[in-house]
Amino acid sequence: MTVIETVQLTKSYPSVTALDHLDVTVGPGVTGLVGANGAGKSTFIKILLGLVEPTSGSARVLGHDVVGEGAAIRARVGYMPEHDCLPADVSASDLVVHLGQMSGLPYAAARERASDVLRHVGLAEERYRPMGGYSTGMKQRAKLAQALVHDPQLVLLDEPTNGLDPSSRDDMLALVHRIGHEFGIAVLVTSHLLGELERVCDHVVVLDGGRLLQASATADFLGATGSLLVEVQGPTGADRLLGQALVDAGYAARPAEGTLVEVDVRDDATRDVVRDLVVDLGLGLVRMQERHHRIEDVFRG
Amino acid sequence: MADSSDGRPSGVIHDLGYRPYAGPRLGGREIAWSFFVTGLRNTFGLGRSGRSKVLPMTLFAMMLLPALILVGVLVQAKDVLGLDAQIVSYSTYPLTTQLLISVFVAAQAPALISRDLRFRSITLYLARPMPRTVYVLVRLASLAAATLVLIGVPLLLLYLGGLLADLPAGRETGRFLGGMLGAVLLALLLSCLSALVAALTVRRGLAVAGVIVVLLVSYTVVTTVQGIAVGTGHPRVGEVAGLFSPFTLVNGVQRALFDVPRATPTPPAGAAMGALYVAVVVLVVAGSVAALLARYRRVSP
Repeated sequence: MTVIETVQLTKSYPSVTALDHLDVTVGPGVTGLVGANGAGKSTFIKILLGLVEPTSGSARVLGHDVVGEGAAIRARVGYMPEHDCLPADVSASDLVVHLGQMSGLPYAAARERASDVLRHVGLAEERYRPMGGYSTGMKQRAKLAQALVHDPQLVLLDEPTNGLDPSSRDDMLALVHRIGHEFGIAVLVTSHLLGELERVCDHVVVLDGGRLLQASATADFLGATGSLLVEVQGPTGADRLLGQALVDAGYAARPAEGTLVEVDVRDDATRDVVRDLVVDLGLGLVRMQERHHRIEDVFRG
Repeated sequence: MADSSDGRPSGVIHDLGYRPYAGPRLGGREIAWSFFVTGLRNTFGLGRSGRSKVLPMTLFAMMLLPALILVGVLVQAKDVLGLDAQIVSYSTYPLTTQLLISVFVAAQAPALISRDLRFRSITLYLARPMPRTVYVLVRLASLAAATLVLIGVPLLLLYLGGLLADLPAGRETGRFLGGMLGAVLLALLLSCLSALVAALTVRRGLAVAGVIVVLLVSYTVVTTVQGIAVGTGHPRVGEVAGLFSPFTLVNGVQRALFDVPRATPTPPAGAAMGALYVAVVVLVVAGSVAALLARYRRVSP
């Protein structure tokens, strides 16, 4: 099932080209939209909502064309803006109920849904207090709740972890993951931090200067840059012994943290070769693990 | 979970998981109506904090008080005083209470209009099905309806009192309907002008001051000029001056259309001046709406 599909999508402003012939397909689950500030992420989202008209090319969201069918899209899409957008003198509960109605829910249903989603995002008693007194973390939760209140088929989350401390950031990312997998709502989440997206995203789309740099499954990113960390037990210098043996066998190997040996994965046989070499050298194989690479390595390469 | 002292479990929250919404979703017309009603209620402080009810409700009570007293006098002392008509005519009542009406509009237009711009909560509306134009027109309609309630309910009270005092029912109904048409025009004019001022500034204080200046200062200047015009024998100058305050303008329209009792020193004389008064009302309303729509077209989501 395709949730978002763009064909040669272009948006030019008089002084800058925000999106440049973009071909992107987004399916269910969580998709990360990565790019530096000014890479065109926010423009992309506003076009998907039908709020900004593309200069050329086309885009379809949930089967609707963004030009001319914006209202139909906005009825079934939730949007969490990057900037502050919460009135200070209203409680989260009142706002989410009201916005649920603005998305077409009858009053009673809006109340029930608001109460549900506020619980899911983790706003307890504070939901009845005016939002002016909220911490950044609570504000982000309220913003997320209003994007979910009408049970959308897709949510567009613009920098949901912006300004959060590390623990709130982890909570928010866990929530994003739940929305995509447990709630069954497709998620497009933007960030300029690659590290956090790889933890929750099934797919990653990388934008650079309005152009598509790369789009693939998160696992592909990690696999392509993967290497193995090997720890062996034996006399002093055992790690160097193994490293030399690997290099002799034609593998790229180097010392890693402590006495670990890092070896690049060349093919499916790499792990067997490592195991056999360790046995041949008479050493004990303590562990062999995939190095947790980061998507950032794609850019370094 | 924690057990209370008597051993029974308390405060157990069962996580039901995420429940999708399968109920009805309302169309654009119902959403706009719900938005209109919410705005109308909010203008009187209903559905907002207790503090925000104080001013509009006090002003509403103060608007009703003179009407109540007038009705009391009319019903009790009609024969003693030899009255055969309303003590204060329907068309004159809004002029007598223009200070209260101006303060109401000045305080409530920013609450309804500037608020969404200041907190940028307008983004949350734009990301929903309702089109931008409908948002602006409905906001304006809420403000106009609230102003009409403020002006019209005292007139209704006067009318019912008149019937109770056995004033000729046919004549009284005609005059009341003329008065209500004036109330509608005045409510439209005041809300258009104050919404425009409120939309041009995001600061609440500035918006309040701006509306006060536009309404109160213009009224004071107009009545002063009219007084001088009569004193120096140039009534034409006073008639033209009457175009520059919504209160004298609408009163002039009623004078021209229904020949109501004069409430200003220089009401419009002659068909041409009457037509000019009507034309100015239409132009101001149309111009304000156009300017408002242009202002909101520049709001980025």
